[in-house]
Amino acid sequence: MGRILLILRLTVRDLRRRPAEAVLMLLVIGVATTTLTIGLALYGVTDKPYQQTRAATAGPDVVASLQAGPGQSAAPVGVNALIHASGVTGHSGPYPLASTMIRARGRTAYVMAEGRDLAPAAVDQPKPTRGSWVRDGGVVIERSFADALGVHVGDQVTLGGRSFRVIGMAVTAGLPAYPGGLCSMGCASIPASWLHSSTSPTPGLVWLTKPAARSLATSAGSLSYLLNLKLANPAEAQAFVIAHSSDSPAAPILSPWQRILDVDNLVVENAQDAMQVGGWLFGLLAVAGVAVLVGRRMVEQTRRVGLLKAVGGTPGLVASVLLAEHLVLALAAAAIGLVAGWLAAPPFASTGAGLIGTPGAPSLTVSTVVIIAAVALAVALAATLVPAIRAARTSTVNALADAARPPRRRAWLIAISARLPVPMLLGLRLAARRPRRAVLNALSIAVTVTGIATILANYSYLARHFSSGVDDPRIDRINQMMVMITVMLVVLAAINMISITWATMLDARRSSALARALGATPEQVSAGLSAAQVLPALPGTIVGIPAGIYLCDVLRHGALTIPPLGWLLLVLLGTPLVVAGLTFIPSRLGARRPVAEILQSELV
Amino acid sequence: MTDNTSVLRTRGLRKDFGKATGLVHAVDGVDLDVAPGETVAIMGPSGCGKSTLLHLLGGLERPTDGEIRLAGRRVDQMGEKALARLRREAVGFVFQAFHLMDELTAVENVELPALLAGRSRRAARAQATDLLERVGLADRAGFLPSALSGGQRQRVAVARALSNEPLVVLADEPTGNLDSAATLDVLQLFDSLRRAGQTLVIITHDSRIAATADRLISMRDGAFVDETKTMGGTRGNLGAFAQLEG
Repeated sequence: MGRILLILRLTVRDLRRRPAEAVLMLLVIGVATTTLTIGLALYGVTDKPYQQTRAATAGPDVVASLQAGPGQSAAPVGVNALIHASGVTGHSGPYPLASTMIRARGRTAYVMAEGRDLAPAAVDQPKPTRGSWVRDGGVVIERSFADALGVHVGDQVTLGGRSFRVIGMAVTAGLPAYPGGLCSMGCASIPASWLHSSTSPTPGLVWLTKPAARSLATSAGSLSYLLNLKLANPAEAQAFVIAHSSDSPAAPILSPWQRILDVDNLVVENAQDAMQVGGWLFGLLAVAGVAVLVGRRMVEQTRRVGLLKAVGGTPGLVASVLLAEHLVLALAAAAIGLVAGWLAAPPFASTGAGLIGTPGAPSLTVSTVVIIAAVALAVALAATLVPAIRAARTSTVNALADAARPPRRRAWLIAISARLPVPMLLGLRLAARRPRRAVLNALSIAVTVTGIATILANYSYLARHFSSGVDDPRIDRINQMMVMITVMLVVLAAINMISITWATMLDARRSSALARALGATPEQVSAGLSAAQVLPALPGTIVGIPAGIYLCDVLRHGALTIPPLGWLLLVLLGTPLVVAGLTFIPSRLGARRPVAEILQSELV
Repeated sequence: MTDNTSVLRTRGLRKDFGKATGLVHAVDGVDLDVAPGETVAIMGPSGCGKSTLLHLLGGLERPTDGEIRLAGRRVDQMGEKALARLRREAVGFVFQAFHLMDELTAVENVELPALLAGRSRRAARAQATDLLERVGLADRAGFLPSALSGGQRQRVAVARALSNEPLVVLADEPTGNLDSAATLDVLQLFDSLRRAGQTLVIITHDSRIAATADRLISMRDGAFVDETKTMGGTRGNLGAFAQLEG
């Protein structure tokens, strides 16, 4: 008990002595835990709005997409078998679904036009949120698609070359909201030309009268039908679909209501993916940042470790004090992250205009709390364990003398550096003295460049695929998140970089002073300190660029996009320049310390 | 001694630290002339300003007042770049704590000033090898400082100080961290430098070392208080010291 109290007392005193360091650590771990919390808290937030929409629109339990018969006016195949199937208690349709193009407010987009009755349907009756339901000469537009097009009730739009007046906007639970991908439900009539067009291939949804929808079909192939089914037990929709599906090309494509919910969830899931990937990137940055802070502290506190040991502290006690301090900070950062993430999650949980109702409060489950605490502790442990063990093993005499940890010798690097200009000579030798710090530096840059390359690849993808299409709220949201994540990555990396430079400067104060005593100018020493940071940043940049492109590929589910060469060159050349700029001030300060004072202090 | 014959010359040299009631005159109106090839020892108790004076002479610190000339050039008015060039080209330092780079071998430590001066790696290495031979450590060229004795480390430091053929070598307590045997070793090395015509300014509080110099200056409270011509070298007290040790 006494030992635990002693550790706690030493921990608290050390935290009080180093508030800035503690705040930095809370910041770097807190950003990671906040982002991860947002990602985890978004699970299931769409369920409530979808259920509300389903209730308000008499949403179907199963939707069947059927092909047209041999003639354009012939009844679709397989309707009777489905509406008389066991467990089916009601139905609506089949409704004709024509693929065509919509022009509105100078924008052009692909659209699926569903022909509906003027009277309300018992199953899947879309609910107008503005205006009214379909009538001759009027079109009702699915609400999130209307938002993306920027059209309002009363506007004139052109469908398949014919003019219609927008008479309403509605929501439905029978088809996924824009841009969820109607065609994932089996709208079989997408013309091949859509897929090779520069316009977004994701069609929107509009409702017209049945004759108007049929008239928009340019051929039998561009017309299909939707049949909505109500089951006695909605929970068995999946089983119904499995039981009535067939591999035949002419067979209906069946989708249970859970599938529609999943597609609607994609809007939030993209945000969830981005936040979770961002969270892991921040976690990696936090490991690098905390490790640097701990390393810097070890440089400054060698003598304190010696004193602890000299007054009877065991190696275990020394390691425990170091570990306890950082684990306490990690738990505090986890708590901050959980609260901040929970508070920040609602804007990311918005399901868009495609559903009515509000999303449920982001969930903060026990598993989320455990995961976040574990991540925070893992970050602190990964960064602290090696220095703690090293401190515990340090010779008491050496520690009391405040002797710096012997630098590493890399003979081949020393030989190479002898052929380089003075700043590079000094920089390469400084970097080689502390390889672990150089690796942390490279990791920090690699993670940041990965984020930047991801967003560049993403922009490039959008420019290539959505240059003339309508707004895509899902893409807008993911873009906003990626920009936010990248800005935070850059800020955290900048903090890491300044910390690393400061640690290098402290660690190299004697060798830098000696270099100046032997004739190096302050500018050469300063440039050397900067070069020691820029050199590891180069491999970090080179690794980060392909990693970012790959990450974008993963987030875009296989749409590999290489950003323009000019952008990549800018990142490749700009990153070392930014690093040099960030390290300029700490390096200058380090190079201006009085040489005689530093060299004399070695004698004290 | 006249301006024309001095390689190193100071007039009214002063260095203050602190302010108001905490003001300390570390160096207080020092006039010094060192002739080419001369060995000058400066003695005094701890804290009398010896090391500060040496740092001023080598351009590691800036004086509060006064004038320093090295080979006729005003050191006290130089900018940082010019001071760095001066340390590269005209001054060699030997420190009490050796100040060798721990991760560099003996030969790599010795070649460092030449590399900083922009010489090619091959030329720097050849010269460093020669210098190590001159200080009797040719067989230790590839050793790290941690594998060398105190005396050997200080000989490496002396070789490094000679790397750029300086006008003057400034040594700050060069035997302060050494045992008697190593002290003798280093004294013999300094004596050989003196005989080779190397200008030396040695700060020490060890009278046996001071006795090897051509001239001995006593310092107290930042000022010179006494000056003595000695016999110098192994003909003088070093010989007696060596006999005592033997």
